[in-house]
Amino acid sequence: MITGTPKPIEELLEMLEPYENIIVAGCFGCVTVCRVGGDKEVQVLSSTLRLAREAKGKNLQIREVCLERQCDPEYLELMRPYLEEYQAVLSIACGAGIQFLAEKFSKTPILPGINTGFLGVTERQGEWTERCQGCGDCVLHLTGGICPVTRCAKSIFHGPCGGSVEGKCEISKDVKCGWQLIIDRLKSLDQMENYGKIKPYKGWDSSRDGGPRRILREDMI
Amino acid sequence: MKSGSNLERVLSAGHFSVTAECGPPRGADPDVVREKAAYVKDNVDACNVTDNQTSVVRMSSLAGCMLVRETGVEPLIQMVVRDRNRIALQSDLLGASALGVRNLLCLSGDHQKFGDDPQAKNVFDIDSMQLIHMVKTMRDEGVFPSGEKLEGAPKFYIGCAVNPFADPYDIRVPRLKLKIDAGADFVQTQCIYNMETFIKYMEDAKKEGLHEKIKILAGVTPLKSAGMAKFMNRMVAGIDIPEAVIKRIADEPKEKQAEKGIEMCIEQIHELKEMEGIAGVHVMAIEWEEKLNEIIGGAGLLPRPVIE
Amino acid sequence: MLPCTGRIDESLLLKAFENGADGVMVVGCLEGDCHYVNGNIRARARVERVYQILEQIEIGPDRVRMYNLSAGEGAKFAAFANEFVEIISTIGQSPINKARSGNSQPVQEVES
Repeated sequence: MITGTPKPIEELLEMLEPYENIIVAGCFGCVTVCRVGGDKEVQVLSSTLRLAREAKGKNLQIREVCLERQCDPEYLELMRPYLEEYQAVLSIACGAGIQFLAEKFSKTPILPGINTGFLGVTERQGEWTERCQGCGDCVLHLTGGICPVTRCAKSIFHGPCGGSVEGKCEISKDVKCGWQLIIDRLKSLDQMENYGKIKPYKGWDSSRDGGPRRILREDMI
Repeated sequence: MKSGSNLERVLSAGHFSVTAECGPPRGADPDVVREKAAYVKDNVDACNVTDNQTSVVRMSSLAGCMLVRETGVEPLIQMVVRDRNRIALQSDLLGASALGVRNLLCLSGDHQKFGDDPQAKNVFDIDSMQLIHMVKTMRDEGVFPSGEKLEGAPKFYIGCAVNPFADPYDIRVPRLKLKIDAGADFVQTQCIYNMETFIKYMEDAKKEGLHEKIKILAGVTPLKSAGMAKFMNRMVAGIDIPEAVIKRIADEPKEKQAEKGIEMCIEQIHELKEMEGIAGVHVMAIEWEEKLNEIIGGAGLLPRPVIE
Repeated sequence: MLPCTGRIDESLLLKAFENGADGVMVVGCLEGDCHYVNGNIRARARVERVYQILEQIEIGPDRVRMYNLSAGEGAKFAAFANEFVEIISTIGQSPINKARSGNSQPVQEVES
């Protein structure tokens, strides 16, 4: 899922300073699952903002909504009938949702309520870790199902580097060495022959480096 | 000859080779490099010039190489893949070769987290293995990785680094083999303190015949004090200093610890000289270049051979 | 009706403040004694989060507090209630109520 973290409340209050009547918009997609932008978070954030503003003697009217997804146009359209009544939308969806809102509604300021994080997994309640950078050229079949681009701090293809100690990365004792994980897994799969080959330079053009990406599926259009 | 460098000539002639390193200054003062190079001069076959080591910003490695060469020392340019993409790396390789640098060390580079600018964007477009391969392609085939022909191929004696003390141990020799396959001519190791592990590493490398395919320069760093030993052991990833080594220097009174460190380093070089498969030593006297002559001379490695 | 403090979420507590409460006490069963295994432990975590929110927005974190007792401890409940009222009286009126005195209640729109 796409993960994220709430923006500090002071930052949001500063962002909302010019407005008195806004929409706080959540999303029932990824951000609901990682508890940063769902229906509940809309309620808590709206209450928090109202209380903070009222304590300073400045009211803030909030319409609380949570869309099925902010990354699909048909759900965004549901906001159109009432959007003009509000001065701004504070979206706590991921960066994709926030931008899509901005794109669809050209006359309303759209503000980010969260900092979008990474494509990750739930380790346990309250802990998420990164797994994929969406580089567009998957090599997981060669690396035991563990991604060197994401899991290695240097994204190297022939690791581990000299900074790998007792399974930990040189950047922090809290970070596992991605290449130690790859090697452990290759060994348990009896696929160490994959290690002994020099891999071609990675084509980062399928990644973000190639410019904003597009997937076009002719068969579906 | 692949590059015609002095280091290559000395190693090819079968001499036990010596390299050292100069860290460029954290500023634009060229005299800092000149002073260090003066201590290095006549003691080594080539001198590494580090490339923003530990991600701390310093004068560029190429500029440092030029200053070192001006002093009469053959430079060895270190190049990390942390800060430059393949376009910049190729360009700098061409530039270094054009300016007469003939030795190259291909490195990943420490993560930027360790330096002054932990918020910097890192590059790692290609890794150190691929850098070796890229230089070899450019040198031997006279083409860019893209396949375009070069107007003059860069001439480098290609080096790589290995850390026999990093984990997992059992990938260390296979990884050296990969670097040889990629095109490395020589290798400089991480500083060795744990001779037991290093001997095992060499045995494993020799079983694969690697010592015949690549010139292995064993890395040593003289300890200045027991405090430095403890600090390095604890704080520097991939450095392994056994208790016995720390104890040996710690048992000396403080004012004699530096002297003891040098004695231990010389002793270690003697031991390395006797080991089959070791082609030379890389003496990293960190901010202690003035001791190089004493160490290298003490190890019976002076004068350095002159090979035309 | 709430069957368990585990059913209380942060927004409910915040709503109480929005609706004019100067303090909110959450009274749950004794820890380790929850009919729903860990409802009161979850409640405690949520109360802690509200505590942090109140601190961040300068409403005064001590306006929310969790107490634990068993259903048979009527006297203790009374003592806790008195204690909490004492605390809140000392802290005084919430900044929301201070700001509101003279103002009308804000309108809330909720859409599910």
